[in-house]
Amino acid sequence: MHGFANPARFLRIAKWLTPLCLLAGLVIFGAVIVYGLFYAPPERLQGETARILFIHVPTVWFGMAGWTTIALASLAELVWRHPLAALAARAAAVPGAVFTTLGLLTGSIWGRPAWGTWWVWDGRLTSFLVLLFLYLGYIALAGALDREGSNSRVAAIFGLVGAVNIPIIHYSVIWWNSLHQPPSISTSGSAMAPEYLWGMLGGALGISLLFGGVVLARMRMLLANVQAEARLRRKAMGAAEGLAS
Amino acid sequence: MAEQLDQWTFVIAAYAVVIVGTLGMVAWSWIAMKRAEKRREETRRK
Repeated sequence: MHGFANPARFLRIAKWLTPLCLLAGLVIFGAVIVYGLFYAPPERLQGETARILFIHVPTVWFGMAGWTTIALASLAELVWRHPLAALAARAAAVPGAVFTTLGLLTGSIWGRPAWGTWWVWDGRLTSFLVLLFLYLGYIALAGALDREGSNSRVAAIFGLVGAVNIPIIHYSVIWWNSLHQPPSISTSGSAMAPEYLWGMLGGALGISLLFGGVVLARMRMLLANVQAEARLRRKAMGAAEGLAS
Repeated sequence: MAEQLDQWTFVIAAYAVVIVGTLGMVAWSWIAMKRAEKRREETRRK
């Protein structure tokens, strides 16, 4: 694990892994979209709108996985001071926020024909909306700290504290009355028909590759920015010393 | 179902939102990465 914290080694691996993840993710997720739109059968009760679940459930999962990544990377930053951990946390924020937004939008679009409403303020939907606000707060905070060159540990602590919302989202449908159905997939099995289960798992695989590829791309971007800034600073200091002497 | 709505309109809308959002994020991240790495190479050469 510590070996991967070396920026040069990370760049060597990320250089071929980034396009591979993105390309494989686009192909697999594209295939799931084609399956969902043209080949999946309509569901007995939900009809055609059940097709939305192939894209809604994976985006929701990776909205939550994004913050889990932030929390784990923040922990690594605080405990082991990995040089790349802070970059990993920042890199996971944007794809996490995008998938959270897509999960909220697709859920709302599904809810209108299925529940008769675009939105209800129940535990699941509200806690997931809170997750989006946490992402926006984290992105703003991390950006401000980076611009001012301040201590990034504040963002790491925010990342860890925000993780308390993840189990709340997961258990909200069990703890409170909700329009949202309880989990259909658990460690003991699945209540879904195989043609829906495999389509959804395919969607999750595609989105996980896209999530990984985007995180790697954003880590490479952040690392390149840090290295370029450091070089420019060194050159400016060298020029100032030359003028002084 | 609460009322009779054209279900395909909702399906198409949901898929369009996800396709545009996902492709936009992938393209934006890729272009930003390439730009940052080009800038790093330029500062190395200067």
